[in-house]
Amino acid sequence: MSGLALNARVVGALGMRSVRQTLRRPQLVSPILIFPTLLLAVQTGGAGSAVDLPDFPEVNGFLDFMIAGAMIQATLLAGNSGGIALAVDLEMGFTDRLFSAPISRFAIVLGRLAGTAVLGAFTALWFIAIALIFGVQFEEGIPGAVLMIVFVTLSAVAFGALSAAIALYAGQASVVQGLFPLLFVILFLSSAFFPAELMLEPAASVAEYNPLSFIVTGIRDQVVGGFDLAVFAETVGAIALIGAISIALSAVALRRRLRVG
Amino acid sequence: MGAAVHSRAVAAIEVEGLKREFEGGIRAVDGVFLEVAEGEIYAFLGPNGAGKTTTVRMLTTLLRPTGGSARVAGHDVVADSGAVRRAIGVALQEAALDPLMTGRELIRLQATLHGLAGSEGARRAEALLGRVGLTQAGDRRVGTYSGGMRRRLDLASALVHEPRVLFLDEPTTGLDPVSRKAIWEEVAALNREGTTVFLTTQYLEEADQLADRVGIIATGRIVAEGTPTSLKAEVGKPHLEVGLADGSAEHAEQVCAAFGRRLPAKDGKILVELEHGASEVAKVVRALDEAGIAVESLELVEPTLDDVFVDKTGEHLEGADKQAPPAQAESA
Repeated sequence: MSGLALNARVVGALGMRSVRQTLRRPQLVSPILIFPTLLLAVQTGGAGSAVDLPDFPEVNGFLDFMIAGAMIQATLLAGNSGGIALAVDLEMGFTDRLFSAPISRFAIVLGRLAGTAVLGAFTALWFIAIALIFGVQFEEGIPGAVLMIVFVTLSAVAFGALSAAIALYAGQASVVQGLFPLLFVILFLSSAFFPAELMLEPAASVAEYNPLSFIVTGIRDQVVGGFDLAVFAETVGAIALIGAISIALSAVALRRRLRVG
Repeated sequence: MGAAVHSRAVAAIEVEGLKREFEGGIRAVDGVFLEVAEGEIYAFLGPNGAGKTTTVRMLTTLLRPTGGSARVAGHDVVADSGAVRRAIGVALQEAALDPLMTGRELIRLQATLHGLAGSEGARRAEALLGRVGLTQAGDRRVGTYSGGMRRRLDLASALVHEPRVLFLDEPTTGLDPVSRKAIWEEVAALNREGTTVFLTTQYLEEADQLADRVGIIATGRIVAEGTPTSLKAEVGKPHLEVGLADGSAEHAEQVCAAFGRRLPAKDGKILVELEHGASEVAKVVRALDEAGIAVESLELVEPTLDDVFVDKTGEHLEGADKQAPPAQAESA
């Protein structure tokens, strides 16, 4: 078997393990699905009148606006959970088993990210199903829904790589878990749950340039507003930027870990 | 004792001046030299913090040396680490297993890591689970396994690609005597099949029973090396402890002195070093009997590897007097 084929199989097998691990550990599933769903229900029910604010985007209901925010929140948390799981592997020495195998060591990180990608795709499907059940109409129809899944999946990989970098650097699950509050600050300082143009300064400016806002807008446009090439390009660019930086940081952190031992 | 060394001509492991210094100048391994022949069981014996695990991590390519060199299965651990990893099996301390996986899943994952096709991985997983007595538990999550079962699973997973050299880092630490014996038997069987085994241990008995040769390590250096018998022979001969039924100690000492050097008495017992070893015990008994001396107890005390350790370092091995934790029921 060629090196590339072997490493591709390893990425698949480790991705499968990662998904199984999440499904077998309820405490990893709940932050990815249950918590964002509850927050979505609370916000949609409690702050639904926000749609009546002047300059609020044209929507049929608050859920139309919120569904993209819930997706990106779940995606961030899926990425973070992947980082926590990697740190747990490091803590218990499971990664030594992988590092002592004749494979590319970066395949170990990619395997974890493959699992995160699957979970990302699953969260997208979950929220699309919720949206459909509660009568959300997708402006761009099925192609738009597929594009949402692609954006969410790729975002999960990008955020997962960032968490993996931190896990590899710190080697402690508690450190990666400690990112939770920071993720929420970043999330609320984006247009995930509220239009950036209706925020007060300086939050409005932060949200305007927050890469999460670009990703959320690209996802949201498939429900409200419709496809826009410029927004599409910005979304792809934001995901690519976060992904490239995160994967580079993961590679550096992995090299450091292997050097330090 | 494991199988006889098959050939001293081919070295499975060659280590020259291996060093590892950590941040802050801590030198965990400070110039280790050793050679392990193909088909040999080599035990690295030493207390916690002696440098055993750090050495194993370097030999298994998990840690880069900061000095010296090492070759495993003919490949340099730094320059040709991929080839080393293809040739070795590794079961590290504390059996690093994912508690959420089943035993079968773990072995199959290990097979994938070593490039085995899915069907072959499944076949070997079945065979290995059978070999280590875990067929029934193969589809249970590892989190439900006892310590002994985990170690056996760890050993099985290290064998999935039929490695030439097997590294076992403290394979029985914390196990009950029954589980320890099961691991020893499996290691000995593997060695009989031709696998070279490098194991670290802090148990004297383990090194004594299993190893063809023992390297005693303290503060990052090998302080003694040889077969368990030769190492023990270096520090002295066996001695006989004679407990007397009556008070004729002086007469008894005179009788015993004919068989070797007298040692200081201990707990009222006469101690004599047997010049020609255990074969003289019967002669001593006969001589005492002929002299009309009533013997209450007689014990032949062999030198232990701890005596070797004391001789070389001036300290006892940690826990040398307590070989294993109390027996526990295996929850298989």
